[in-house]
Amino acid sequence: MAIQTIERTAKQIVLIVQEYSQFAWRALMNLFRPPIYWTDFLTQSDIIGFGSLPIVILSGFFTGGVLALQSSATLSEFGATAVTGQFVSLTMIRELGAVLTGIMVSGRNASSMASELGSMVVTEQIDAMRALGVDPMRKLVTPRVYATIIMLLFLTIVADAFGIMGGAAVTVVLNHQNGTQYFNNAYEHLAYPDIVQGLVKPLFFGYIIASIGCFYGMRTTGGTEGVGRSTISAVVNSSVLIIFIDFLITHILLSLFSS
Amino acid sequence: MSQATVSMPELPPPEGGPVVALRNVAVGFDGPPVIENVSFSVAPAETRILLGPAGVGKSVLLKLILGLLRPLEGSVELFGEDISQMPEEKLFSLRARAGMVFQEGALFDSLTVRDNVAYQLIQEGVHDEEIDARVRDALRFVGLEETFNLFPSSLSGGMRRRVAIARALINQPELILYDSPTGGLDPVTSNTIIELIVKQRDVRATPSLLVTHRLQDAFTLCTHRFSSEQGRMVPLPEGQINHNTTFLMLDEGHLIFDGSLHELVHSDNPFVREFLE
Repeated sequence: MAIQTIERTAKQIVLIVQEYSQFAWRALMNLFRPPIYWTDFLTQSDIIGFGSLPIVILSGFFTGGVLALQSSATLSEFGATAVTGQFVSLTMIRELGAVLTGIMVSGRNASSMASELGSMVVTEQIDAMRALGVDPMRKLVTPRVYATIIMLLFLTIVADAFGIMGGAAVTVVLNHQNGTQYFNNAYEHLAYPDIVQGLVKPLFFGYIIASIGCFYGMRTTGGTEGVGRSTISAVVNSSVLIIFIDFLITHILLSLFSS
Repeated sequence: MSQATVSMPELPPPEGGPVVALRNVAVGFDGPPVIENVSFSVAPAETRILLGPAGVGKSVLLKLILGLLRPLEGSVELFGEDISQMPEEKLFSLRARAGMVFQEGALFDSLTVRDNVAYQLIQEGVHDEEIDARVRDALRFVGLEETFNLFPSSLSGGMRRRVAIARALINQPELILYDSPTGGLDPVTSNTIIELIVKQRDVRATPSLLVTHRLQDAFTLCTHRFSSEQGRMVPLPEGQINHNTTFLMLDEGHLIFDGSLHELVHSDNPFVREFLE
């Protein structure tokens, strides 16, 4: 009995992975065949990009501030508080800017995509769209995927910038250090590989957030309760996958740049 | 009940092959089939009424006809093409030739009535002026011209169904599928909806399949016609029925009746008798 349960669960997991892979691939490839819904792409870019700006600015700023507080406490033991700028900028640009923004946008937008599309499924709006001769994948999913990929790139840059400013604010106001030294140190130690690392990640994270949010939304069953389940699955799975993919990309890029 | 031929000048005589044909169709969802060995067709200018208790798979059959669901067995023909194995991408152009009214209307919440009704036209890139004119025509047909700029959330259940009918009719479909269009509505509103269906049948002669579990609606469709002169639905003379309106009955996933009103009311099938009584 236990073996049958394990077998059934394993088959279900494989089936979900297969369905997700086909779904995500189709969502991506739809951009290369008409019709392409540019208006929906712009609308989603506004919702995802501009709408997420406040949370990204706030989380970026305070994360930078916390990094500066924590690092200066440790660095002061070695008399190296002058490198706080380098520490904050490298950590934000290489890692935290992309990951934090990804998780913030996942919480905000993967959930909204799953619940919006899920509600449309349970109220037969998706079936109505198909009956009217419109492909919901092209109309609803593909614009969301590309809008999230592109907007997450810019949101990550904003988070990086505000993170460095948050670190500067703490360094100058609380730690009473020189601001010019902070920014000079932050800038001088940045290299192209650091920036490439920071800008490649949001492209993958954006794809994960939108494809998972839409995937769980479109396969919603079970009425309003099902919408709730889809929303939870979308946020949890996209957040975990972001961290896992972050690990893989970091490992690959570090090996690539070090060689 | 006696039968007599009704003179209906607006209705062209049925010609050509069936608009819809299901042959030995079975449908299932992760379990035993919910529909088995179902075969029937809808001829041009024909209105078929699919009767049956709730939960026997009537709505499933409608979705099957538009390719929204796939059969486990058998074949489904729409406009002469077998769609049972047709890829989703090829189905969109066929679906666009049909109109479907969903059980609860299935209007898009985030769009106004105008954009809901014009949805297909907007996707086709029709000019705004033409869209506005055609939407107003469609809304006038269902008697809801004043709702043009409203959102679906501000409409009553009956109004939502009528907007859904306007959306299904705007592109002059070659087939209309009505999924319980009067379900959950009061008798007056139900009668308004049935009048619209009769109007569409008699004025435009569009073939249709109507799912319902309300016998009263089904009989009204058979015993009434739309009078263009009076602008409303009127009863046919005593003893006359509309011969282009026929019945199907589904029970426990099987088609147990396919025939005219006369055959229905004289059927010996115990379930049909029980349903009618």
